[in-house]
Amino acid sequence: MLELALSGSKRYYGWITALLAVIGVGFGFYLWQFSSGLWITGLSRDVSWGFYIANFTFLVGVAAGGVMVVLPYYLHDYKAFGRITILGEFLAIASLVMCLLFVLVDLGQPMRILNVWLYPTLNSVLFWDTLVLNGYLFLNIVIGWNVLEAERNNTHYPLWVKPLIYISIPFAVSIHTVTAWLYCGLPGRGFWLTAILAPRFLSSAFAAGPALLILLCLIIRRVTKFDPGREQIQSLSKIVAYAICLNVFFLLCEVFVVFYSQIPEHMDHMKYLFVGLHGHGILVPWMWTSVALMVIAIILLVNPMTRKNETVLAVACLCVFFGTWIDKGLGMISGGFVPSPLHHVNEYVPTIPEIIITLGVYATGFLVLTALFKMAISVKEEVSA
Amino acid sequence: MENSRRTFLKIAGISALGLSTKPVYDAFAVSGEHGEKRETAVVPQKGALTAKRWAMVIDTTKFESAKDLEPIIEACHKIHNVPVFENKRHEIKWIWEEEFGHAFPDLENEHINDRIKSLPFLVLCNHCEDAPCVRACPTQATFKQEDGIVAMDFHRCIGCRFCMAACPYGSRSFNFRDPRPFIKETNKKFPTRMRGVVEKCNFCSELLAEGKQPACVEASNGALVFGDLEDPESEVRKLLKSNYTIRRKSALGTGPAIYYIV
Repeated sequence: MLELALSGSKRYYGWITALLAVIGVGFGFYLWQFSSGLWITGLSRDVSWGFYIANFTFLVGVAAGGVMVVLPYYLHDYKAFGRITILGEFLAIASLVMCLLFVLVDLGQPMRILNVWLYPTLNSVLFWDTLVLNGYLFLNIVIGWNVLEAERNNTHYPLWVKPLIYISIPFAVSIHTVTAWLYCGLPGRGFWLTAILAPRFLSSAFAAGPALLILLCLIIRRVTKFDPGREQIQSLSKIVAYAICLNVFFLLCEVFVVFYSQIPEHMDHMKYLFVGLHGHGILVPWMWTSVALMVIAIILLVNPMTRKNETVLAVACLCVFFGTWIDKGLGMISGGFVPSPLHHVNEYVPTIPEIIITLGVYATGFLVLTALFKMAISVKEEVSA
Repeated sequence: MENSRRTFLKIAGISALGLSTKPVYDAFAVSGEHGEKRETAVVPQKGALTAKRWAMVIDTTKFESAKDLEPIIEACHKIHNVPVFENKRHEIKWIWEEEFGHAFPDLENEHINDRIKSLPFLVLCNHCEDAPCVRACPTQATFKQEDGIVAMDFHRCIGCRFCMAACPYGSRSFNFRDPRPFIKETNKKFPTRMRGVVEKCNFCSELLAEGKQPACVEASNGALVFGDLEDPESEVRKLLKSNYTIRRKSALGTGPAIYYIV
């Protein structure tokens, strides 16, 4: 089926070339980082994780969000989603590729990455995270490939794939739960030390993932002969509506607990993010933008009149995507490191090389996504022709 | 790198020689009951100092100003090849000074007496009894020794910095760049590090193996006392018995091995 990804229109090749160019530039900057160290990033002794790990965390969510099309179709026999489950699975694959690349570019000694499996350490959450992420990636590749091939050959996918599909559902939940546990089990970090972190991660995942899928469906309808379907998009939009409401509700729960209890170790991070702390507040405008975007998204998604208009829906999905990206990709990680456990306020801002490497990873993910979607849609066009 | 590895191997070789002449060393035994505890990072020589659980008491009443702390910090950083970076973000610190409110944020008090308010406090790795960094490390590059020291294997560390997020005391530093050009005077008896790995205080394991006290203790004029917490006759235990001491963030349950007399 891979050959399907190799033939396309001029526009298709143009897009691929553009992505390869971004990857090339990103890779060049990564070689610089690889040979001289992470000092070219904005990271510091106090803020030791930044943009790479934040984007990793966000994309684990996007990957987990794919389950929102798989679950209704396979568990509830919601037939309409049968048309787009493959898109959800392939989006998960592309997101996981980005996740693993973000972990890799964040390592100080990437050549030693296999030490994680050479010296398996059961008490380290990071060890478990590598297992579930790779496991979920493997499951999606096997399932997606077999189901698509069966569709192409007009047969039913092999029976042994079915149990894998069922396993993939809790696996999707596990990848984001374990990723949240990386943070929320650390004793000195009051911002993350909350049992609601994993639920919060999941709610933003189930909002951001399907929101991106809706946007991709709208693009696919415009640039290909395949129509993912109005009903499918509307059903997804209801999932996004519920998830984004839950996400904002969970955020309000956090806000209540930290500001009513007034425990400085928990409250100061939230203060830093939303009003600034000791004169430092570089993220304040970003965080309020995030809240505004999520609130606008709720208004547009909960109201059936606006939700049913696909142009407005696209705007709402953009709001969800960027609102949750700011929340997780900017606030969640550096917010946990500022103030430091010794109560110093040292802020973090990603550097240009760091942003270029990040864009390179995103471009790689989009390249994988483009190739996989091209395959899936070519098969669908073939079958309907 | 060549050079430092060779010197490290040399030390290991000499140590092994010492071991073969008198092969009875408690510290070398791998414990069966504590799964996560490993043998010591440095092979102990004849006359090595050993303990069931190393601990330190810092008598802050013996300090008056930052000047008193400087030689202590200097002694440690010099012997351990700690580089000096101009950029604060990339700083490597094994032992350094903090104001009371930063060393003990949970004990800060607006009306605290003048001496404590103006006195700088020495902070370093607490060699926690239940160390969050050891729990977090995915490769066991940081591990708990038999004698309570939280040690680092610089050659196994993948530089994921999970330990830095896990440490509630900010005791860990990451080599954002190659430290070697920034070391003023290299001590050939201790390995230099490479970029991309985490490091921290090792309670001078390499000196204990030679039967010497830690460098900071030696340089402290008796203000820092080092000894076996499980030995009721040790000087550390005597000091703890006769003085009121505090530990950093004791509410977190990590069990720091550094005690402060205030």
